[in-house]
Amino acid sequence: MAENITTLTDTNFNEEVKGSDAPILVDFWAEWCGPCKAIAPVLEEIASEQAGKIRIGKLNVDDAPATAQQFQVMSIPTLILFKDGEIQKRVVGARGKGQLLEEIAAFL
Amino acid sequence: MAETRDVVIIGSGPAGLTAAIYTARANLHPLVIEGEPSSTSDQPGGQLMLTTEVENFPGFIDGIMGPELMGNMRAQAARFGAEFRTVKAGKVDLGGPPHRIVAGDEEILAHAVIVATGARSLMLDLPNERRLLGYGVSTCATCDGFFHRGTEIAVVGGGDSALEEALFLTKFASKVHLIHRRNELRASKIMQERAQKNDKVAFVWDTVVTDVLGADALEAVALHNLVTGEDSTLPVHGLFIAIGHVPNTDLFQGWLEMEDTGYLVTQHGSSFTNVEGVFAAGDVQDHVYRQAITAAGSGCMAAIDAERWLEATHAADREIAETPRNW
Repeated sequence: MAENITTLTDTNFNEEVKGSDAPILVDFWAEWCGPCKAIAPVLEEIASEQAGKIRIGKLNVDDAPATAQQFQVMSIPTLILFKDGEIQKRVVGARGKGQLLEEIAAFL
Repeated sequence: MAETRDVVIIGSGPAGLTAAIYTARANLHPLVIEGEPSSTSDQPGGQLMLTTEVENFPGFIDGIMGPELMGNMRAQAARFGAEFRTVKAGKVDLGGPPHRIVAGDEEILAHAVIVATGARSLMLDLPNERRLLGYGVSTCATCDGFFHRGTEIAVVGGGDSALEEALFLTKFASKVHLIHRRNELRASKIMQERAQKNDKVAFVWDTVVTDVLGADALEAVALHNLVTGEDSTLPVHGLFIAIGHVPNTDLFQGWLEMEDTGYLVTQHGSSFTNVEGVFAAGDVQDHVYRQAITAAGSGCMAAIDAERWLEATHAADREIAETPRNW
């Protein structure tokens, strides 16, 4: 995984997301989810190309079920964009790179 | 100037990737426009990307996972030199050959085009379906089953896909209501037997879903019984839709001959369409068999048809007189 992608857990979620200076796009995913795997390279590209503007966090719903439940995730991939600890945008379902960049354009 | 290719394949399911393997081995350096990630079957790898175990693809004694099978086919095509673009074809001009395809920011010229864009899952078209998609309403059982542990859910549909999803979902749900508009299933016998033997599967016959209900997440489905005329609501935590498919042929409207249902028309026993140099394979031209293995078989046919057509017309060597020049 790229260096500029943060692995999120139930334990570090508040510190990493609520305390983040930059906007952070959190990817709720799992190993057994095909579309989640399909967007993994897209997120890695965005993480390196938009470094400094936006952070990418990955939260494995198997490992961090409490946080997934807290944000009422019922479908993966779900991508939630947080800024100053507040939810700004929620994207449910996989997207191509172009579409995803459009969804988060206001925060870049 | 636009890049020119002998063969461009649009689509990357079993048909597209088999065509890629064959045309790559024939040294035609195929370019595969494989589509973009999505949570529907309209994604690289196609419908099998959303399935779990594939038990009927010959050669795999113990079955194989759908995404793994597609990953293997892609790697096999790449091994022989097929190239891939992870974008959707946005526009085509089949007034050639050469034909023109716009994919992402690129325009590509192709002597031969193999159309293997497949079919996508139908949605129910209910008033609140879009709003609750991802909040209990799902098109991907393998993605979302996990979130319905110990709850009652529903699957709508009566074919193999619906039963496969229902059986898969019994691993998580306490009960799976299978809602079907008729009083018999069109699924294969083996899938019907498995579903009927499973205590967690309850059949709701002669019934259609008229809406999905819930404020922030799905709470119930509104039902209408087609025989008794009775309306009812069924409280469920999840609804999985598997009611069939429509071919992905919007892109080819006005260029390729299609049936009223949108399926492409091919010359009997071949992959030839009504346009010279354009071949079709897989579910985009097949509403009868629609299996991974038949799609792969027709992808092979399209590759051979394209290869022989290129040889016969020497299209690959011909000067591209039709290309506008920029001087």
